[in-house]
Amino acid sequence: MAGLRQIAFYGKGGIGKSTTSQNTLAALVDLGQKILIVGCDPKADSTRLILNSKAQDTVLHLAAKEGSVEDLEVEDVLKVGYRGIKCVESGGPEPGVGCAGRGVITSINFLEENGAYDDVDYVSYDVLGDVVCGGFAMPIRENKAQEIYIVMSGEMMALYAANNIAKGILKYAHSGGVRLGGLICNERQTDRELDLAEALAAKLNSKLIHFVPRDNIVQHAELRKMTVIQYAPESKQAAEYRALAEKIHANSGQGTIPTPITMEELEDMLLDFGIMKTDEQMLAELQAKEAAVAAAQ
Amino acid sequence: MSLDYENDSALHKELITQVLSHYPNKAAKRRQKHLSVASDGEEVGEEGQAISECDVKSNIKSIPGVMTIRGCAYAGSKGVVWGPVKDMVHVSHGPVGCGQYSWSQRRNYYVGTTGVDTFVTMQFTSDFQEKDIVFGGDKKLEKIIDEIEELFPLSKGLTIQSECPIGLIGDDIEAVSRKKAKEYEKTIVPVRCEGFRGVSQSLGHHIANDAIRDWVFGNAEVEFETGAYDVNVVGDYNIGGDAWASRILLEEMGLRVVGNWSGDATLAEVERAPKAKLNLIHCYRSMNYICRHMEEKYGIPWMEYNFFGPSQIEASLRKIAKHFGPAIEERAERVIAKYQRLVDDVVDKYWPRLQGKRVMLYVGGLRPRHVVTAYEDLGMQIVGTGYEFAHNDDYQRTGHYVKKGTLIYDDATSYELDKFIERIRPDLVGSGIKEKYPVQKMGIPFRQMHSWDYSGPYHGYDGFAIFARDMDLAINNPVWDLYDAPWKKVTAPASAVAAE
Repeated sequence: MAGLRQIAFYGKGGIGKSTTSQNTLAALVDLGQKILIVGCDPKADSTRLILNSKAQDTVLHLAAKEGSVEDLEVEDVLKVGYRGIKCVESGGPEPGVGCAGRGVITSINFLEENGAYDDVDYVSYDVLGDVVCGGFAMPIRENKAQEIYIVMSGEMMALYAANNIAKGILKYAHSGGVRLGGLICNERQTDRELDLAEALAAKLNSKLIHFVPRDNIVQHAELRKMTVIQYAPESKQAAEYRALAEKIHANSGQGTIPTPITMEELEDMLLDFGIMKTDEQMLAELQAKEAAVAAAQ
Repeated sequence: MSLDYENDSALHKELITQVLSHYPNKAAKRRQKHLSVASDGEEVGEEGQAISECDVKSNIKSIPGVMTIRGCAYAGSKGVVWGPVKDMVHVSHGPVGCGQYSWSQRRNYYVGTTGVDTFVTMQFTSDFQEKDIVFGGDKKLEKIIDEIEELFPLSKGLTIQSECPIGLIGDDIEAVSRKKAKEYEKTIVPVRCEGFRGVSQSLGHHIANDAIRDWVFGNAEVEFETGAYDVNVVGDYNIGGDAWASRILLEEMGLRVVGNWSGDATLAEVERAPKAKLNLIHCYRSMNYICRHMEEKYGIPWMEYNFFGPSQIEASLRKIAKHFGPAIEERAERVIAKYQRLVDDVVDKYWPRLQGKRVMLYVGGLRPRHVVTAYEDLGMQIVGTGYEFAHNDDYQRTGHYVKKGTLIYDDATSYELDKFIERIRPDLVGSGIKEKYPVQKMGIPFRQMHSWDYSGPYHGYDGFAIFARDMDLAINNPVWDLYDAPWKKVTAPASAVAAE
């Protein structure tokens, strides 16, 4: 197990974590790596594109059916998808009941104790939107992921979430040795997106690992429950994901301890980039608009 | 029969200073506010006796690491207030431990056929497993209620006593309770007494009281023929039969006890409580909330009383009788006279054996003051007393009981308690099971004052006789003369010492 690399993908809900991670990992398997994906989202959709179907048997649902996780075998929950990628979904309660965070802890412990991590080169955790409680921070904690990749975009809330996740990493950086691997910008075509992503990465003492351009082919592939790598291996977008996979592969041990910034600093940054307007600017615009209306009358 | 004595203020002040000197500054500063020596108060009691002041800070969070002996909100609700209601099933909702380890601890006596129409000494738990935490326990709770209904059809209702995880995972036990109450046409009371709430069991009492208000009162129209002398006894948990020894006195003086909360209580007694004429409250700390509510909403006055020891019983009987007028007052005098012979016999027998013995107490929220006079009725003296979870109003009331110089300790740490006992070396310590064996190992007699050390009752005249006997058994047990090892006695032969 000496060479086992554990990584995790975090980011704001809906940013494209699952899509990005599955495409990247599908590219990584082409580099000859043996991979295990651990989906840590109660929706259990972190492995859909690899398995070409939605995983039905999640750890927690099977455990509930059998009595407890002690009654499960790894084989019951481990599914093999695209080019031998092993997939496990933690699963969890329906929205509004129970404790999904505890579920993540239970599943990860079960997988570790039962040898799911044997004979793989990579374990990748795909965690739901926000690190809302200790349970969803499980992959960042001791002896889990060494590098965290934050998927983000140029949108205000995605930047905000990225900064928050950096705070979570910092919290565990000293006790468990987790590092920020880098930011992955999933293009949303906002103003000066690349600049902004690079600036935030610099502020966080990290780097922008890759800028993934927007391409509709991702949606085409997704509708067919496939990664772009599988659906259109020769496409330009597949090459982007391969580039990202190579960068992550080469990034081993290059992670940094993040330096999260305050809310004010974040807002200042957005002002600098002209994305957010100052009160004066907004007032001036309003006056101009009113003047225009008045002139028209 | 008020005993006149004063405790050694100077020594006790020195003790406090000594104990505090071993704490880090911050802890010492905080703990200092919880320790004091009763001083002369400016106030004078109704009968002209001096009232001392026991001004300590109370009902705030214990300092981590000091081994407080406090309980939790669940203990206050399930263990104290609800647990003794005998014809309801009380479900400890959550992992198995809370219910299992608190099973039948309080010795609440009751009449009934256990497992058929009464359930106090049974343990019901939803036994949460990991999957119940992850997926929520509401469905399991519904199933449990169904099973209980099928297995115990004569149960009058249910309470759901929340353990910590219920509050963390946000189970909607209220919705389940409403649904099942409607289905079975029974009272089902969800109690949000998660253990992490509040600083001690005290909040659990309050939450349990509120649950009575919100989920029992006004549920159904109660058919009940009321009388002019109906009283509720509130806050008597019938430990070792306490409530029964109290009830006979009230009934002999012409009152009708229509409800006893909650020792040996039925749900019907709780439901009809708002129809009584007076609430008599014994454990003020755990049930004053509901008495205040009944006063506001139903106009029922309430009155504190004390049935520990003849002096307090007499005073209480007279005070209660006064509320009902001359006819009852006259009967109360007859009751007092009737038991005078018993009191005299008990005092004559035990006074010579117990006179001048010094006692330290450390109990919950009522007894540290309520039992003081019972000891004094036997010629004994209280040198120190303290509460686990009292509030400010309890310490104000304590001033009416203790003498000047009495050492007062709130939420004492085990270190403080050990040191105080070690230095004062009283003739008896009255506290709980966790304190019992360390104290006995110090060579000091001990009685458990939560459970009456598997004895009781201690309330009422009958209880006083048993109380006196038990204190004598503890203090004058010949075992205390055998405490020193034979080879350490001065009378040991010199050769034996030399041989070592």
